[in-house]
Amino acid sequence: MSSTPHARPSIFGLMAEFHTAEELIEAAHQVHAAGFRHVDTYTPYPIEEIAHALDLPRSKVPLIVLGGGITGGIAGYLLQYWTSVIEYPMNIGGRPFHSWPAFIVPTFEMTILFAALSAVLGMFALNGLPQPYHPAFNVPRFALASRDRYFLVIEARDPKFNLDETRRLLLDLHASEVSEVAH
Amino acid sequence: MATLDDFGPAEKPYKPPVVAPGHTPATVTDKISAVVLAGAPKWWYAAFGVSFFLLMIFMMAVTKLLLEGVGIWGINQPSGWGFDIINFVWWIGIGHAGTLISAILLLLRQEWRTSINRFAEAMTLFAVACAGMYPVLHTGRPWLAYWLLPYPNTMGLWPQFRSPLVWDVFAVSTYATVSLMFWYVGLVPDLATLRDRAKHKLAKIAYGVPAMGWRGSAKHWHNYETAYLLLAGLSTPLVLSVHTVVSFDFAIGIIPGWHATIFPPYFVAGAIYAGFAMVLTLALPLRAAFGLHDFITERHLQNMAKVMLATGLIVVYGYAMEFFFAWYSGNHYEAFMAVNRVLGPYKWHWLALIVCNAIVPQLLWIRKIRSSTFWLFFVSMFINVGMWLERFIIIPVSLSRDFLPSSWGMYHGTIWDWATFIGTMGLFLSLLFLFVRLLPMISIFEMRTLVPDATKGASSKEVAQ
Repeated sequence: MSSTPHARPSIFGLMAEFHTAEELIEAAHQVHAAGFRHVDTYTPYPIEEIAHALDLPRSKVPLIVLGGGITGGIAGYLLQYWTSVIEYPMNIGGRPFHSWPAFIVPTFEMTILFAALSAVLGMFALNGLPQPYHPAFNVPRFALASRDRYFLVIEARDPKFNLDETRRLLLDLHASEVSEVAH
Repeated sequence: MATLDDFGPAEKPYKPPVVAPGHTPATVTDKISAVVLAGAPKWWYAAFGVSFFLLMIFMMAVTKLLLEGVGIWGINQPSGWGFDIINFVWWIGIGHAGTLISAILLLLRQEWRTSINRFAEAMTLFAVACAGMYPVLHTGRPWLAYWLLPYPNTMGLWPQFRSPLVWDVFAVSTYATVSLMFWYVGLVPDLATLRDRAKHKLAKIAYGVPAMGWRGSAKHWHNYETAYLLLAGLSTPLVLSVHTVVSFDFAIGIIPGWHATIFPPYFVAGAIYAGFAMVLTLALPLRAAFGLHDFITERHLQNMAKVMLATGLIVVYGYAMEFFFAWYSGNHYEAFMAVNRVLGPYKWHWLALIVCNAIVPQLLWIRKIRSSTFWLFFVSMFINVGMWLERFIIIPVSLSRDFLPSSWGMYHGTIWDWATFIGTMGLFLSLLFLFVRLLPMISIFEMRTLVPDATKGASSKEVAQ
């Protein structure tokens, strides 16, 4: 979703702070039910229930890993086939040039290597990391998101966003504090 | 028909908790990050100093090696392999416990692993770094070590893919890369914690850059959890393959005592055995020094002791099978190898091996010993030595007495072999002390999932489910 310059809201959004994971999960359910879609939560540890509450789509990481693994396996085998049969054939103890049982180990290792690389790089890419700047860090209390507080942010670009009403909704959901997030 | 219910609820034996009671996400965060952010205690400088001194011995040994060549080591005909391979296998085996704890125990949902996995993974990385030194230095011209890799070159040469040594290059370099990534991915949320906790501007930047802007977003955790689980799933067959391939270095050869089908499982069990012994050797003093008894509890010690006992018995079974094969094969040279191990010129090494690896660890059957830090440390030290002796028995003892008596000869490590070995311990310990000083040695975000929420009684894990 891109927003045109003149439609850019004056703030990034509203941030609600919660003391417990239960309150946050409940709030996420309610906010999603109220029709908000530009919502994200920030928690000190992964909470599976949040993904259900916000109706997040299935992660694409497994597909990327599968692709990486298959690529690695094929590339590893072809590398050995090409070097041992075509480019640099050598008679080693009378074994055939295409001595496939000997090629299993490097093929396996290359499969794992490529799959693991795609898991890590794919995860970071999907998450848009590294990201040197994000508006959430403009709220000083947000530092507690990496300790013991649970945050929920509704972005101002959400069509249902209304500064006063949204603030009231968040306070009704037992947010201990609601702050405006600057861009 | 009787069902399980008819027997009533089973009496469960008492299990010490994984985390001491009374902790919350806040206290866990503060306590673990304080170890890093509060400044080093005095003993740290002393410990790091000693490690750094040992590292300098390594530098000296390597300098001498580069000036004069591998002739300064004790290797020669008939023992072309000696300390270099013994220590390579010893170090890489130690590394395996880290991956076992971080990947396999994660997949098996063993929650107790959480407080030791970060530390054990670091141990894996540093042990693999030490292991990697030996084959690279053994090439004699380590600056040409990249020749081991397949790349187009002006010489028109390619690696010989039918050789287990080339398989080793692939297995070990993949293992090092994947372990590093797994460790780093696990660190990212904790680096963000340190970035948010750090007071000094420089520390904020130093932790902030590798944290990459992590903020605990639900969308991020969603992909993160999937990727972490997949990495664990990939590391599990990888770690088993690495020591299998290491054992192929021997098993593919025809030397008596090497050419055995039992080698892969026996090597993997030995690696885990050695690795857990090293985890205990390092974790027990660090736990005492940093007062981490709340997080590394008696439960962890007991469980690690049980894993050592189980893998130790597999290793002893391996020893027994080697003798059985020697007899059952009817092969004259194999039979001589067995006799030579027990009664030959290295008989004291063999006896020490049996004491260290087979007899002393039987103490772990006793519950009192499994929960005593002193005795666990005592047994672990025996296993550390025993696993080194095991590789000594396999490598030079077989090589020095092969098929032709006319080519027999003795093998001894020279002072430079020992200097290199002690030196890699310096490398390992220096890296380890830097790690405990600069990075959280216990995974903070995973510990938060094990403790109850700040205000309510429910454990965070229960909330998540």
